Amino acid sequence: MSACHECALAAPASNGRGRVPAVAVVGPPNSGKSTLFNRLTGLRQKVANFPGVTVEHRVGRARLTGNRAVDLVDLPGTYSLEPRSDDERITRDVLLGRRPEVQRPEAIILVLDATNLGRQLMLAPAVLALGLPTLVVLNMADDLRRRGGRLDPGALAQQLGATVTLTSATTGEGVETVQRFLAGRFAVPSRLELPVLQNIPACRLWAGRVADQSDYRPPLPAAWTHRLDSIVLHPVAGPLIFLGVVLAVFQGMFGAAAPLSDLIETLVRTASRWTGAIAPAGFARDLLVQGAWAGVGSVLVFLPQIMVLFLFIGVLEDSGYLARAALIADRTMARVGLQGKSFIPLLSAYACAVPAVMATRTIENRRDRLATILIAPFMTCAARLPVYTLIIAAFLPNRPLLGPLFGTRAAALLGLYVLGFVAAIGTARLLRSTILKSDRAPFVLELPPYRWPTFRSLGLRLVDRGKAFLTRAGTIILGVSVGLWFLCHLPRLDGHAPAITQSVAGTMGRAIEPAIRPLGFDWKIGIGIVTSLAAREVIVGTLGTIHGVEGGQSSLGLQRALRQDLTAGGAVALLVFFAFAMQCLSTIAVVRRETGGWKYPVLQFSYMLTLAYVGALLANVLVSRLVS
Amino acid sequence: MHTLDDLPDGHEGVLGELHVADDIGARLMEMGFVPGARVVATHCAPSGDPRVFQVDGSAIALRRETARRLSLRPTP
Repeated sequence: MSACHECALAAPASNGRGRVPAVAVVGPPNSGKSTLFNRLTGLRQKVANFPGVTVEHRVGRARLTGNRAVDLVDLPGTYSLEPRSDDERITRDVLLGRRPEVQRPEAIILVLDATNLGRQLMLAPAVLALGLPTLVVLNMADDLRRRGGRLDPGALAQQLGATVTLTSATTGEGVETVQRFLAGRFAVPSRLELPVLQNIPACRLWAGRVADQSDYRPPLPAAWTHRLDSIVLHPVAGPLIFLGVVLAVFQGMFGAAAPLSDLIETLVRTASRWTGAIAPAGFARDLLVQGAWAGVGSVLVFLPQIMVLFLFIGVLEDSGYLARAALIADRTMARVGLQGKSFIPLLSAYACAVPAVMATRTIENRRDRLATILIAPFMTCAARLPVYTLIIAAFLPNRPLLGPLFGTRAAALLGLYVLGFVAAIGTARLLRSTILKSDRAPFVLELPPYRWPTFRSLGLRLVDRGKAFLTRAGTIILGVSVGLWFLCHLPRLDGHAPAITQSVAGTMGRAIEPAIRPLGFDWKIGIGIVTSLAAREVIVGTLGTIHGVEGGQSSLGLQRALRQDLTAGGAVALLVFFAFAMQCLSTIAVVRRETGGWKYPVLQFSYMLTLAYVGALLANVLVSRLVS
Repeated sequence: MHTLDDLPDGHEGVLGELHVADDIGARLMEMGFVPGARVVATHCAPSGDPRVFQVDGSAIALRRETARRLSLRPTP
């Protein structure tokens, strides 16, 4: 059945799919490589990180005629195969069969943007020199024609010694030719005399000559793009449009996603109550109802925000505006050692750090991406609000400052937002001058022409992100939630769950009391700190349980109880602690997945915990002095 | 007029030398900034930095600090 049975057997069958041949999809960024990959594989794909680096690849199975299938490997977009960046090094290693996690490809699909052939062809010699059967796909053929360009694929094929086909991955034009290539026997291309690869200007001249001899006429410049850019980058209109987009994203994350998250919570609660009603009473039921269902809920509750954020990012990226937004934000972000593309992820971190960390995928530069991931949890996420509101309400009487709407409580809340923001900026600067110093890559941003986003591409992206979150981070979050439930519900006393103070979590809370006493916290707060690792707002419910009052941020009983437990210094210290500490196992799980290892999440957790401890200690000491 | 940074919006220049480290130079050349290439300055970010250049069929944004290191050939 396989056209290349022997090579398939010879290839390292590390992924357990030994018989299905692998074909690599290679191409420069913005060539429409991933759109073609999606066209060919549909939803049969999975995303994986290469260990130790923030580079990921996707593997998808393309089902072809004659019961044949190939595994397509979508590699990061690169302009060259010179190993100057992680992306390039890994692309090269995969193509040479040097990565154990990926099956050695038997053929290559090289995707190039037909509207800019002269420059894109520069990647061809390096890829063709690998000696693997290669199909050169000239994508965006519809754009080329619409803007008055043309090309003779036959003539180009002759010059490259490889099959060439024109496609449009967005409309589906020419995709069947690619499928025919994948279904056929991979013929080894004839070796051609290739230009000196290291010399880029010579390579460019060669590419230009090849394009000329292929009767290539480049398309007219996209007039619409130029006109739109004059508006989008206008000194007055530009920032206004930018602000509008920012508000829309923000509103989407809070306004549109929050009710959906609430709905999911209600559904999960109903489902767990229903389970509780039919299952026989006992430990298993408690585990199922309170542990497992609550764990599922804590995973699913992120889904609306992730979907909404990626819908926005999808529209912004596919339309071409995301690059312009990065351009507009770059000046400001550069001041703290970041770049324009960090802006949208950091903005979404105000809703939740989990989707924000996932959104850093749009940053190609490894150093900037890591820096953005490391500072994102400092942004005041929605889970901190119930904690802030409760403590502020308990300790700060509301007096109007600026009109009736902006009082002392609003000012305190604003102050906490500023505190997180300042910590983020300081950390970005610190990272820039320490562990993330070495990368000197300049900010080079290609502005793709504006295009209409397609529903198909947006839909696939949403499903892809949702699935990636559920399978890769969701499993860890679920495990952690169930684990925490055990800590709160063991050891069992006389066949009953213990009171929270008697549980393992309670013991842990009491055990850390000596460490947190200098911050002004007692063992009750200690238990809250342990349980709120699941999600920050959990501390509100835990404190309510301990004090035997109805939990909730507006609960007067809980506020009264807190005033007994905490001094003014301790209250401020608790606010500072929650502003700085990475009190969120879900974020840790996602950072681990996105950075491909434990190094960065451990570093980040320790750093933020240290900062939180020192900050809270200072706050407690200073405020106690001031008050007395 | 000496560097790409001095090129006013809407004007065209011919790229001279790249006064940057080799690896950065290679990256810029892959994006089209090859000595001898015709570059048109088209737009600025609203704050004036970075700037957008039309080079080799694409629009590429560079910060001024980078544009300053790319010299232009004297116009005849």
